[in-house]
Amino acid sequence: MPSALRHLLFIVAPLLAVFAILPSVYENHLMLFNFVVFLILAQGVNVIYGFTGYLPFGYVGFFGGGAYGFAVMVMHLHASAPVAVVVAGLAGVALGLLLSPLLRLSGAYFAIANLAAALAVLHFVANPALETITRGPYGVSLTATFNPNAAYAAALVVLALTMGAVVFLKNSRFGLALQSVREDPVSAAMAGVSVVRMRVIAWLASALIAGLAGGVYAWYVSVFFPDNVFSGTFSIFAIVFALFGGVATIVGPIVGVLLLYGVYNLIGFTTPQYFQLIYGLLIMGLVLFLPAGLVSLATRRGWHVP
Amino acid sequence: MLVYALVAGLLFGLYFSLVGIGLNLVFGVMRIVNLAHGDFLMLGAFIAVGVSALAGFDPLFAVPLAFVVFVLVGLVLYYLLVPRLQGSVDPEMLSIILFFGLSQVIEALTTIAFGTSERSIDSGELGKILAGLRVHVFGGDADGPVELLGQSFPTSWVISAAVSVVAILLVYVYLYRTRLGTLTRAVMSRREEAFATGINVDRVSAVAFGIGLGLAAIAGVFAPFMFGSVTPAFGEDATVTSFAIVVLGSLGNPLGTALGGVVYGISYMVVQTYLSSWADLLPYVLLILILLLRPSGLLGRRVRVA
Repeated sequence: MPSALRHLLFIVAPLLAVFAILPSVYENHLMLFNFVVFLILAQGVNVIYGFTGYLPFGYVGFFGGGAYGFAVMVMHLHASAPVAVVVAGLAGVALGLLLSPLLRLSGAYFAIANLAAALAVLHFVANPALETITRGPYGVSLTATFNPNAAYAAALVVLALTMGAVVFLKNSRFGLALQSVREDPVSAAMAGVSVVRMRVIAWLASALIAGLAGGVYAWYVSVFFPDNVFSGTFSIFAIVFALFGGVATIVGPIVGVLLLYGVYNLIGFTTPQYFQLIYGLLIMGLVLFLPAGLVSLATRRGWHVP
Repeated sequence: MLVYALVAGLLFGLYFSLVGIGLNLVFGVMRIVNLAHGDFLMLGAFIAVGVSALAGFDPLFAVPLAFVVFVLVGLVLYYLLVPRLQGSVDPEMLSIILFFGLSQVIEALTTIAFGTSERSIDSGELGKILAGLRVHVFGGDADGPVELLGQSFPTSWVISAAVSVVAILLVYVYLYRTRLGTLTRAVMSRREEAFATGINVDRVSAVAFGIGLGLAAIAGVFAPFMFGSVTPAFGEDATVTSFAIVVLGSLGNPLGTALGGVVYGISYMVVQTYLSSWADLLPYVLLILILLLRPSGLLGRRVRVA
């Protein structure tokens, strides 16, 4: 059995099945939905950071852009929700294309520029001068498409697509080429890898994922403000979840989301500042003692982690 | 109107230079992205609030206090965090995440200790010990605003700008007129070679880190006057603003940051005067444009090879 099929059968399918069944046995649907959204976002970060080494510190820009793409389609063009979700994904891709010159920057410069870009998109969308289009800072209300169950199903579809993309990267020449570019662009170029094209494709794929996630999020919550969907928390959580589990693997980000977001839901809501403290310490400990994530505990022992 | 915007921009710009200069120093010497920079500003502001509200002294006394305290904090933090970080695979990227964790810890601890309410200081408090001197130089009465070029400005702005100029000049003296400064600049330009010539890189970096945090704390002392009030969450915005300033100027040269700060301050004030709803966008757009158009000249190392 080829390994791609094995990964799909034994990792992706069970995960999707569990999240498809859970709503019928567990009451808190919003929490389950948030789990799915963070699984999507963490894998989206995995695609760009894990496989190319670019740290998307403003990843939420695509997410918020997608949410507003969805909102504009529904408010002004009265599109049906699935069409609007597709447009949300395209909004993410368009934003990714617009920001693709940022890929010229390296390391920290890219991360800072990406953060600035996300904040610029936020202030653009939330500008009172654009009230007729985006409702500015006053938020949008999309009662016409309100249907949490359908939105949850759509989120599962997006998750399936995202997981499919990661399985592809993990098992294809394309993914291998990307990782070679991350390790050493000069050698990769010498070996015939088209460095720029590879990076741009991974970047746009990652933007598409976040845009789609933003679209289904907007569909699910239906009432939101710019500060909600552009909250830096989305970027940070997605990055930390992915890193905590271990990037450039299929299971790493999944483990990260399930463990950390689980902890968050246990203690986070009642005392946010204590949670913030624990979280900050956890992040620092992670970087100092386990920079390659939880999976490195296994890989250090020579075990293979998909 | 224009004269007012220009002079106010200059005053703010000098202050903004002080805001960014510590970040510049830390990044230049250690290649570490101090995402907690704004949080040290915030802590400096809380020291000023403490000195003024609790002890009843002029907040100017908080300047030396904040500097000494945070130089010591910087030395401790350096030896706790940085050597371990430098040993990892990708210190520049991981530093972003590590210091993000630190900023979360600081914000959480400050919230737990002081609550989330806004803190401000009556602007008449700043420089009250100098009031006699001021009346002597500028005329007017001791409580009123300062007259410059026929426009009147709050006394606290003028004092903040003056202290900033002094601090920047002292940084210049430290970097270019002392032996330690020469060693620091050596570490900035070639860390490995500096190490090979027998420079105690760790000690030099630790001092630079301490001074960087100390400067941030000094800038923080004036934050309640320049921004109206501070909360524990103030740090995040301050960090992004500092990045915009540092990127605008050139790296590793305090005069560069001074220039970046002044350009930033003047453009901010001009935009705010004529196009106020778009003023929030300015730092981010400026940051992205500079990074894209002049990454190598102003700050970046262009690493894209192919």
